[in-house]
Amino acid sequence: MIQRTDNPVVEIHDLTVSYYKKPVLWDINLCLPQGKVIGIIGPNGAGKSTLLKAIMGLVIPDNGYIKLFGKSLDEVRKQVSYVPQKESVDWDFPASVLDVVVMGRYAQLGLFQRPKKLDQEKALECLNKVSMAPLAHRQIAQLSGGQQQRVFLARALAQEAQLYLMDEPFVGVDVATEKMIIDLLQTMAREGKTIIVVHHDLQSAAHYFDWSMLLNMRTVAVGPTQDVLTPALLQETYGGKLTILSKINDLLKEQEVSPRELT
Amino acid sequence: METVWIVLIASLAAINCSLIGTYLMLRRLAMIGDAIAHAVLPGIVIASLLASSKTSLVALVGAGSVGIVVTLLIEFLHGQVKLQPDAAIGINFTWLFALGVILISFLSKKTDLDPECVLYGEIAYAPLDTWVGPGGINLGPRAVYVLAAMLLVNLSFILLSYKELSVTTFDPAFAATIGMNTTLWHYALMGATSYTTVATFEVVGAVIVVALLVAPPATAYLLTQRLHKTLVVAALLGILTAVGGCYLALWVNGSIAGAMATTAGGLFFSTFLIQQWHKKSPQVPISPVT
Repeated sequence: MIQRTDNPVVEIHDLTVSYYKKPVLWDINLCLPQGKVIGIIGPNGAGKSTLLKAIMGLVIPDNGYIKLFGKSLDEVRKQVSYVPQKESVDWDFPASVLDVVVMGRYAQLGLFQRPKKLDQEKALECLNKVSMAPLAHRQIAQLSGGQQQRVFLARALAQEAQLYLMDEPFVGVDVATEKMIIDLLQTMAREGKTIIVVHHDLQSAAHYFDWSMLLNMRTVAVGPTQDVLTPALLQETYGGKLTILSKINDLLKEQEVSPRELT
Repeated sequence: METVWIVLIASLAAINCSLIGTYLMLRRLAMIGDAIAHAVLPGIVIASLLASSKTSLVALVGAGSVGIVVTLLIEFLHGQVKLQPDAAIGINFTWLFALGVILISFLSKKTDLDPECVLYGEIAYAPLDTWVGPGGINLGPRAVYVLAAMLLVNLSFILLSYKELSVTTFDPAFAATIGMNTTLWHYALMGATSYTTVATFEVVGAVIVVALLVAPPATAYLLTQRLHKTLVVAALLGILTAVGGCYLALWVNGSIAGAMATTAGGLFFSTFLIQQWHKKSPQVPISPVT
């Protein structure tokens, strides 16, 4: 099931991406609407992170094209923000929390241009939105996993983008941070921003996302969450792992125990 | 007077290496300086043949370019042949250094190079190689000018592209998504590394260049929490290493380069031990934030 939408923020046609001649994404087609929090859900190795990287031009597709706001990435780069997995960087890097958030402002600055006082203030404002302002001058090595994710979120906010792509923002964060992040994302969506989140916790997905995309190398389904997270489509996505699937069905009905890290 | 020149030359070499070395260390490329310092040998041999003097600017430019080629080769073996980065570095610098050694033995009559000099350098002779201006005025050792010019290049590179260098080092994927050319910045840094290495190893030798590229930044990394401070402290530690090394060499009447490397290592371990000792006292706990 692939739901169509008018004036899509993200439009992908026939996208195929492979690593060392082994396909990771195969013939992906989708349109994603504006002003929604959208989850990309699928098992490990389904190509969720690769899809985000392809949208951001970090991996070169073999085939197909991607349009953001109806244009190519280079034309709208300043309106797009990418939040990598927090494990992708070295948190022992000598930098303060504020230093990292100011990096979000670099997108607006030209070559050799230095960040100004205004950029520092903007960065501090964004830190405030994620309740991290008191830690602005702390070294990033001293942060917990949840605080690291907040710093990355603040850096993304400092970019003042329209489209946000976030890779597993809820992995390794505490409950309070998870709640804070999803509240913030939903507020941003109400302001007309589009947020795409790679996620793998099925239970919370049903509550968090307006739209969902089920992915397992191919697009299984894209559309409003209640139409997508159905037992039949989940079976198709997680196909084969029947024992897990019956569990998923139970959990979707009962929603008592979190099937976290189920994939 | 000669001691003053030696200390000045050693300090300039150390500042250059410490600044560039800080970025290499943070990018987990510390050993690339080692690779370049060894692998440029064939470049120096060929350039010195063509330019008929190993001290000319041609030799410096020629050898520096070979250094960049080495980084390209390493990148190729790592990226295309899928070799581990340390293996890619190991393969390249050994065969290129060996090629340089063979070239020297072939052409020994035409050059006054010897591999030992390249490896260990001889800073004590550097003040003797002076620049004589018009009218026979002695303008001081040539190495001072070369290294001061190199420092000017490195300083302007770091000051101008501070933001680009820091973000491509900390989070290259993010840097790429905001439109920075991470490959370009990587090779700009490799170019700076290459020329810095070539300019310094002529006076202090290839092995000591590695000590200066790695040890002061590593010590500064223990002491500082923000990048600009790491750079400043690394440069200061570089000077301390140079001065301390020169006086240690005078005291034991030994090799200056060897004494400098020993000082650099000594500074690192004493800093580390003092920090460990301090850690035993209880620290202020980090307050949780919700």
